[in-house]
Amino acid sequence: MPFELSPDREKKLTDLLGRYPTKMAACIPLLHLCQEQNGWVSEDVVAFVSERLELPPAHVQGVVTFYSLFNQKPVGKHQLWVCRTLPCALRGAGELLHYCEHKLGIHAGETTADGKITLRTAECLASCGTAPMIQVDKTYHENLTPEKVDKILDDLRR
Amino acid sequence: MLKHTNYLTKVYGVKDGHTLAVYEREAQGYQAAKKVLTSMTREQVVDEAKKANIRGRGGAGFPMGVKWSFMRPHATKPAYLVLNADEGEPGTHKDRTLMEENPHSVIEGCIIGCYGIGAHVAYIYVRDELHLSKARLEAAIEEARAKGYLGKTPFGKAYPVDVHVHTGAGAYICGEETSLLNSLEGRRGEPRLKPPFPAQVGAFGCPTTVNNLETIGIVPSAFLMGCEEFSKLSALHAINDGGVRLYGVNGHVKKPCVVELAVGPTLRELVYDVGGGVLGDKPLWAIIPGGSSTPVLRADELVHAPDEKSPLHEYHGKSILDVPLGVDTARGLGTMLGTCCITVMAEGTSPVAAMQNLMQFYRHESCGQCTPCREGSGWLVRICDKLMAGTATMAELDTLHSVANNIMGNTICAFGEGTAMPALGFLKKFRKDFEAYVRDSQAGKRATLVVEGESFLPPSANAGAQAAE
Repeated sequence: MPFELSPDREKKLTDLLGRYPTKMAACIPLLHLCQEQNGWVSEDVVAFVSERLELPPAHVQGVVTFYSLFNQKPVGKHQLWVCRTLPCALRGAGELLHYCEHKLGIHAGETTADGKITLRTAECLASCGTAPMIQVDKTYHENLTPEKVDKILDDLRR
Repeated sequence: MLKHTNYLTKVYGVKDGHTLAVYEREAQGYQAAKKVLTSMTREQVVDEAKKANIRGRGGAGFPMGVKWSFMRPHATKPAYLVLNADEGEPGTHKDRTLMEENPHSVIEGCIIGCYGIGAHVAYIYVRDELHLSKARLEAAIEEARAKGYLGKTPFGKAYPVDVHVHTGAGAYICGEETSLLNSLEGRRGEPRLKPPFPAQVGAFGCPTTVNNLETIGIVPSAFLMGCEEFSKLSALHAINDGGVRLYGVNGHVKKPCVVELAVGPTLRELVYDVGGGVLGDKPLWAIIPGGSSTPVLRADELVHAPDEKSPLHEYHGKSILDVPLGVDTARGLGTMLGTCCITVMAEGTSPVAAMQNLMQFYRHESCGQCTPCREGSGWLVRICDKLMAGTATMAELDTLHSVANNIMGNTICAFGEGTAMPALGFLKKFRKDFEAYVRDSQAGKRATLVVEGESFLPPSANAGAQAAE
């Protein structure tokens, strides 16, 4: 079925298009809107964006594959990113990642069997002063301890 | 010398400090923009901005006022101001605090900056992960529009200014200014060849100034007090490195933080006075001074500046920890000031593991456009992996050197140098350690990045985990 944006997101798109001198500039923000609704960027989403912004599908596909935040396949309901880069690693990001993998029973890059949580590693998330940290969907969780992680995971599994 | 200031941080931690009402009440908010738009010409703004000696806060340290002066009015094309808030350089965590806690300073800076360079629209490019930052900026823009500070006639002046937030989608390379412009235009974030420079052909083919977010954020404070006075707050005013800036301290310190200081604190002050000292009271081992692309410094290094003309001559033979840190003094130490956020490492940290971690970052983030960077970053990781696995040879240490050297200067953008410089830094400063990893195949297994007892897991759990493996 062709992809369509929800009415509230259509409104956001109109607002977006007013911000730039070209339609192409709305490509990344629009892909975010679509992914927010659809969970990932499917072929239908690419077709939709390409039609609405009058861009070749190959252009849109090229953008999707360049940026790491666009999901090219379905992901879990929640996404959990563990920052692995040096400043976090100096504060135990390696242990944190193993801890999450052990607790969830999956490796980084995988999704739990119930489809609830996708675990990933992230490169520096600008949270070096509050390391180690995890981003869950749109929220940062910082200065983590095993107790805090237990609570985050319990809340997500509910 | 350590001098705490609070021009940007005055509203940090204040209840509703991110709102317009508090910004106006506590920090004379929007008074500078009003002064500039109602009493100064564009040329005066640029001349005044030069006197502030604000060196770009994004890493390269280019003088902001000089950059503004490159903008020439174009007969048919509009001009743009673009703010780089793609904060992603490992070890850098300062711009985020500004967006979350004091977004109005940025919006006010945009008004002054737009006026100075002849633009009517500013785009703030924020990395997508920073959802709270984006929300705070959007809210600040709405408040400023409602007050009429943004719009058709800010402060009664017929000079329309508007500001928009634009988001990326997870790509470190988009912090490179031409890559950022491509991303803003809706393309893959691959860097462009320069020239033409953005001041001639920037966003949407139009003259554009790209400034770091903090650079613009400090502009209102400078104009409010007078740019020359502002510059003199710095210990390095005499060498054109003026004012105040945000300093970050992270890694193996007791109190990681972001603070605002007059330009020119020493590394010793940042580690011990600001950061509270090294975790577990361990000896200080090494410091990455301004984001992972800046070459690492050993704590036991001495300044070598026998030339009397060197800005560092008065520190010749003294510890590098006691040099006032500025753009040019850091360069004199063979590294870079970068983003001014230091990553501290305690004795016992493995230089090979640290380099491996960073090279994994660069391999992941290389945009793939230039062969030396795309392939070279992979080579660097693979040899680091072999060192950690205990299977590397001495000849491969030389390969590390030559691969890094072959990236330097052979790529479209500075990402290549950003990969090669830290690699060469670690190799040069810790060559003996690297050789030890070749001789002792078990060295990698013992390597650690954390300070025992000061990490995520309590020490007992660590012992248990190792036993289980």
